[in-house]
Amino acid sequence: MTSAIRRRVGFKQTLAFKATLALTTAIAALGLAPMGALAQTPKAGGTVHVVVQPEPPMLMQGLNQNGPTNMVAGNIYESLLRYDEKLTPMPSLAKSWEVSADSKVYTFKLQEGVKWHDGKPFSADDVVFSLDKFHREVHPRWRPIVNAQVEKIEKVDDLTVKITLKQPFGPMITTQEVASAPMIPKHIYEGTDYRANPANNTPMGTGPFKFKEWKKGSYIHLVRNPDYWAKGKPALDEIYWQIIPDAAARAVAYETGKVDVLTGGSVDVYDVQRLAKLPNSCMTTKGWEMFAPHAWMTVNIAKGGPLANKQFRQGMMYAIDREFGKDVVWDGLGKLPTGPISSKTKFYSADVPKYTYDVAKAKELIKASGYKGEPLKILALPYGEVWSRWAEAIKQNFADAGINIAIETTDVPGWTQKASNGDFDLTFNFLYQLGDPAIGVARNYISTNIVKGNPFGNQGAYVNPEVDKLFAEAAIAPTDAARQELYNKVQKVLVEDLPVLWLLEMEFPTIHRCNVKNLVTTAIGVNDGFRDAWKE
Amino acid sequence: MNLLQFLSGRLVKGVLVLFAIAVLNFFLIRAAPGDPAQVLAGEAGAADAQLLEQLRERFGLNEPLLTQLWIYIKGYMTFDLGFSYRQQQPVLTLVLDRLPATLLLTGAAFVISLALGVVMGALAARRVGSWSDSLITALSLVFYATPLFWIALMSQIVFSLKFGLVPNVGYETIGANYTGLARALDIGHHLILPAMTLGLFFTALYARMMRASMLEVAGADFVKTARAKGLSPGIVSRRHVARNAILPVVTLAGLQAGQLVGGAVLTETVFAWPGIGRLMFDALLQRDYSVLLGVFFMSSAMVVGFNIITDLVYRIADPRIEAAS
Repeated sequence: MTSAIRRRVGFKQTLAFKATLALTTAIAALGLAPMGALAQTPKAGGTVHVVVQPEPPMLMQGLNQNGPTNMVAGNIYESLLRYDEKLTPMPSLAKSWEVSADSKVYTFKLQEGVKWHDGKPFSADDVVFSLDKFHREVHPRWRPIVNAQVEKIEKVDDLTVKITLKQPFGPMITTQEVASAPMIPKHIYEGTDYRANPANNTPMGTGPFKFKEWKKGSYIHLVRNPDYWAKGKPALDEIYWQIIPDAAARAVAYETGKVDVLTGGSVDVYDVQRLAKLPNSCMTTKGWEMFAPHAWMTVNIAKGGPLANKQFRQGMMYAIDREFGKDVVWDGLGKLPTGPISSKTKFYSADVPKYTYDVAKAKELIKASGYKGEPLKILALPYGEVWSRWAEAIKQNFADAGINIAIETTDVPGWTQKASNGDFDLTFNFLYQLGDPAIGVARNYISTNIVKGNPFGNQGAYVNPEVDKLFAEAAIAPTDAARQELYNKVQKVLVEDLPVLWLLEMEFPTIHRCNVKNLVTTAIGVNDGFRDAWKE
Repeated sequence: MNLLQFLSGRLVKGVLVLFAIAVLNFFLIRAAPGDPAQVLAGEAGAADAQLLEQLRERFGLNEPLLTQLWIYIKGYMTFDLGFSYRQQQPVLTLVLDRLPATLLLTGAAFVISLALGVVMGALAARRVGSWSDSLITALSLVFYATPLFWIALMSQIVFSLKFGLVPNVGYETIGANYTGLARALDIGHHLILPAMTLGLFFTALYARMMRASMLEVAGADFVKTARAKGLSPGIVSRRHVARNAILPVVTLAGLQAGQLVGGAVLTETVFAWPGIGRLMFDALLQRDYSVLLGVFFMSSAMVVGFNIITDLVYRIADPRIEAAS
């Protein structure tokens, strides 16, 4: 490590605030009203109706990290940090933090005067309980990190927590997003059977909104937390998360004014532009930087035959008209990926072999691979019409390149089971990258993650010791520069090898009434966005 | 056979049928690919073997199949429909929570379709060959043949979006906090589109059946006799034709009534109506076995119950059945 990473964010923010205050005072003294700033002064009050789709299974975010759960519960619970769109950490329940010179000790200073929604004080005890006990036991993302990387988590005083690592672990600072490490009230959960705790039905955090009511099948009602620690926030009085199962009906509900916000992925892709162009309608594709959903076609290498042949996989990659998929199937939403790491994620490199749509080259490679017309199937992802169409488009591409291909369909549980157990030839998948390749990317390519029953592992059973080594080294390399170098190498190897066929850096636009302001300001968008949102 | 014997016989058969259905449902659901733990983990975007094991244990899926069956049957014998670990609530609570919305929707659709269908069918049969008969027949055919989801979506676009007459989704105005009569009227306002949509299909069915049945009976000898002895066409139609023609309609109505509790999956989904149909559909996609089995059982119980009621109504509508038995 070239120099110690030291961040005193709270201090920096105070300075920035003072500078802004001084400037504003000076402008006011000169009689020059900052018009833009005045027009954007948050207005207190108001109710916002938001679509959440599908209905979350539960709202206790420590026990469930389903997308809809996170959208709602991310405004009830909080974590130590928040992240801006460049994934730079920002204060949340931790007002500042320091990293030791050897990158092994993280010290978090907590905000003062924070209360749980039941009025009990939030303290370092809750942080230690959440990270060292609760999530270690039940959280599938935090558990492997804490077990492999963390030596101890300890309370220094009521407002200070220290996490000591076994070795430097670069992604550590990116792990404190609310769905990955929500703070759980120790006084409610300690000594109980977490999954059977009745409090799971009445989620309680420290966040800007309190849980009020869940009318199953209809709506979830959150109300303003008047004791929220960030003074003056939130501006909104209430949020109603409406459950409308049909995509076309959701679009009509937005058009008729029944809902104000259509969260990402809640309307059909071909409706997005139309709805975004309605009067008083705004759209943003921001707010997904932490997740950076990456779509690909998984190749079941473990099945052997043509799928285990690199030339055949390269032939398939040349055969796919990915531009068509992006522009027609996804109606222009998204960007073509260059490899396993999204351009939105840290340590991305574009310096990798390129694959363009080239049927002649595809045929050549497929022929050279020794393919003899063995029948193959695409297991379609049953997540709606657009995925079915994509399967059909790619089936056509493969057929044009001389591959004997068919489509297999099933429902979501059927897909999960088949994909988890390696019962497929080719299938779609898309996964969140979670801000750092060590957390959200390596899991799909390392041989230790070939686990039956897990749909988020290395489902195609790709094995390459060099890739394993590079990912392992990159996770614990002491500096970002060293990590970048290792990730550059692994991206080159993977793109040459093609364990999967990368198809799209997906975009899930949020469509909302333009008078709902400041909604998407962080890397997780609406998931923690209502803290700062207001209604004009 | 007196009424008591008749009823007790039917009830015993009903209980046996329900037991067989309960066992069949248990195996049928488990024959489908996928399990609830995998689905829940799948939705979370993160899973490891330990999480799956924890969830399976929680769902009771790590028990041998026969033990699971025994726990399920034992629970049902004590009127315990089980617990949904996914939703963290007893199945009975979930079902009862959705029951009012479903009964309101299916009940309203039932009444609308039965009343409209019988009247339309009778009218068409009395004026066979006239323009009104042609109109009713054509409309019935259209309503019968058009997919429900298409009617549902078109009605939303026309009546909600274009004319702004009625809300397109939901059970009531969320956040309005109406009470008393205002709330009843608000729910009624939301009910119009889904009830009409759901009712149209059955209206068409009843109308077609009533018309055909009345025309068939109208040609019978006893109707000719009634006419020959000088009864007015109205009396012949009401007392002799309609009463006999209504039997197939009663059968159909009994079948529809049996489905009242099962909800209406399509209508409830498109109109975001928080009923049992949606609870069942969601449970199917989540492989929430206990909820699915609970809803299936209650629906089956309703069908069996309404079949018994239909048999009773038959005896009242057609005294010959009682005489014969």
